[in-house]
Amino acid sequence: MSDRVINIVLGGLGGQGVLTASDILADAAFRAGFDVKKSELHGMSQRGGSVSSDVRYGPRVLSPMVPAGEADFLLVLEPTQVEVNRPVLKPGGVLITTDVIPEGTLKNKKSLNVAMLGALSALLDIPESAWLDAIHARLAAKLHRLNDEAFANGRNAARRTFLPLSQRGIEGDLATPNPITAVKSPPAPL
Amino acid sequence: MDLERQLLNGDEAVALAALHAGVALGTGYPGTPSTEILEYLDYLGGRAQWSPNEKVALEVGLGVAFAGGRALVTMKHVGLNVAADPLFTATYTDVDGGLVIVSADDPGMASSQNEQDNRHYARAAVAPMLEPRDSQEAYDHTLAAFEISERWKIPVILRLTTRICHSKTLVTPRRHVPPPPAPGFRRDVPARVMIPAYAKPAHHRLRAKMAEIAAWNEANGFNRILPGSRELGIVGSGIAAVHALEAAPDASHLTIGMTWPLPLETIRQFAASVDRVLVIEEGDPILFESLRAAGIPAEGKPEMYRFGELNVPRVRRILAGDTSPEAPPPKGKPPELCQGCSHRDVFEVLRDMDCIVSGDIGCYTLGVLPPFSAMDTCVCMGASIGVGLGMRHTLPPDEARRVVSVIGDSTFVHSGITGLAEMVYNPPETGHVVVILDNGTTAMTGQQENPGTGRSLNHDPTGKIDFEALGRAMGIQNVHSLNRFTDGHLLEELLKTLLEKPETSLVVVRQPCVLAAPKIRFYEKAALEKMSHACAAMPAD
Ligand SMILES: Cc1ncc(C[n+]2csc(CCOP(=O)(O)OP(=O)(O)O)c2C)c(N)n1
Ligand code: SF4
Repeated sequence: MSDRVINIVLGGLGGQGVLTASDILADAAFRAGFDVKKSELHGMSQRGGSVSSDVRYGPRVLSPMVPAGEADFLLVLEPTQVEVNRPVLKPGGVLITTDVIPEGTLKNKKSLNVAMLGALSALLDIPESAWLDAIHARLAAKLHRLNDEAFANGRNAARRTFLPLSQRGIEGDLATPNPITAVKSPPAPL
Repeated sequence: MDLERQLLNGDEAVALAALHAGVALGTGYPGTPSTEILEYLDYLGGRAQWSPNEKVALEVGLGVAFAGGRALVTMKHVGLNVAADPLFTATYTDVDGGLVIVSADDPGMASSQNEQDNRHYARAAVAPMLEPRDSQEAYDHTLAAFEISERWKIPVILRLTTRICHSKTLVTPRRHVPPPPAPGFRRDVPARVMIPAYAKPAHHRLRAKMAEIAAWNEANGFNRILPGSRELGIVGSGIAAVHALEAAPDASHLTIGMTWPLPLETIRQFAASVDRVLVIEEGDPILFESLRAAGIPAEGKPEMYRFGELNVPRVRRILAGDTSPEAPPPKGKPPELCQGCSHRDVFEVLRDMDCIVSGDIGCYTLGVLPPFSAMDTCVCMGASIGVGLGMRHTLPPDEARRVVSVIGDSTFVHSGITGLAEMVYNPPETGHVVVILDNGTTAMTGQQENPGTGRSLNHDPTGKIDFEALGRAMGIQNVHSLNRFTDGHLLEELLKTLLEKPETSLVVVRQPCVLAAPKIRFYEKAALEKMSHACAAMPAD
């Protein structure tokens, strides 16, 4: 279990499901027994503008906002939004972009947000069951299968690329280099 | 009652508390970041309604409270400007049922036209104000607000901010909530009819109530002291206090729950226990000035931190006395009108015709941005009509004839109808043209119903205002409507004709918001089905 607060920022564009993803992440952390806070700015998000959401969990969380330069993880659903969000990452923090999902493996692009959570999940100390329960609680029943698959897809892909938190030696040391921080040419528009 | 610990945002927590308090009615007008409160109350099975605007919402809430029921009235910060007239006299009256007014402020203007600090209203209107720090306190303070309101028969303001409304934190609901009073009419003319003869003593009663509430706040308020180092004591409230706890873990902290009337003695004692007192507050230096006025030697923040939201790094800067320029936040992609949005072609036409566009607030305000660049003014809801008329009265005739007022359907009902009255009553010499962009929803705030959609908050059918009939009844000379799907191409011709006439004109352009359209079709179908069931169940004659 984390004995410190884990800071995660999710970014993307309005309509991509950034806020749904952060809801699921926060709920999964809650189900795993952590204190959790989640913050977001919406409002104009419906009309395709930049959207971001902060999730913090750990034994006790104070501010709901991730301080700039202190994010352990940054998950970006849209390649054009990487640079805007990059300043939130702490040195050595992990950037996860859509590159982590192998091209052509996503059945429905609408589940990209959940696939990306799958990738993130491989790096966090939240049990898989908590993730799945959170996904099922947030999405309509008819979407469960599609999203379970997307989640597994992301989780497996990330397992091939990253070392999970518990296997990095000192817990909480996220400075292990990872291949995903280098953003390749942007994939096809989503 | 769902008493499990749950993850809720501040809006949802307020709604849950209102439900647990047994509110007779939740009423309000949508506005980010307050909108979800009533939507969630409805979702939970409570009774919630959208009013045409905040003033009406507060008046309805006041009536509920006079009738002995508990009322929750919700709005964004600027909504309280609209509701200010009833507010300033409602505090003179005695309510029987609790009346809680939620003001959701937006420091940093994530989605607003200004960042006014509504803590000023508590002092100006003489109302107790509670400021939660997280969703748990949003829940607790809502319940407390009802108790305080009933105990002192006074409206109570619950001030939230964007980060409270839209942050999810854990909430454990309370097990025992005092039951609501039984509704019933109690005649109390001196306490409810504010003619001068009754209002004069009522003002004295109000000040006496506030003195009692201040004493209660000292003894039982939600003031939390976290003792730490003697060197620095931080006084704060709301989300700013939470940032301060994180930014200065070693300092002593006093967080104030009820920020009006202030617990000045508690603060004075806290101040005496530390070497240095620093006030950390978002927005205007209200707390700081109050402490200084009370002779408490507090320090405030540098002027630059009046602007925008606070966060942990900014509070660290305040603590360090850092006034060096801050790095501008990275520029994200601005929002734009959706592809297929009905507002798009209207702004293309207005741009191509080189109109002077007196605009208003809603999705369509995005018509100001390229590629349209077709809006010249936008101040507050409803201002498009008055401002357009003022320009018409003043500009040279050939410029005046280019002025068009553009207003959305929800905004029109909110505060455009009185603008039409002005147009009929004081028509400019060149006439005027008002365009209502009727997209069948309040799109800007997430597609709420309004009196022009003919559906209530929960999307059930209800009475519907016919804008064209209203315009004709008010005496507007030319009233036209256009379905943008079928007659969109006629808009330019129509506007040209109307702009040339020295007459008053109203044009309603209709096409559902593309994001709301599937839902609107669903609600319409559900309503039809309901009606046919009702017909089938009717006895044949
Ligand atoms: C006094 C006040 N209340 C609420 C708001 C929030 N608000 C801004 S525009 C708007 C309504 C927009 O609806 P509509 O006029 O139908 O335009 P649309 O967004 O559908 O294009 C609301 C509720 C506000 N700015 N001011
Ligand atoms: S949400 Fe509706 S009204 Fe707003 S920009 Fe999109 S289509 Fe237009």
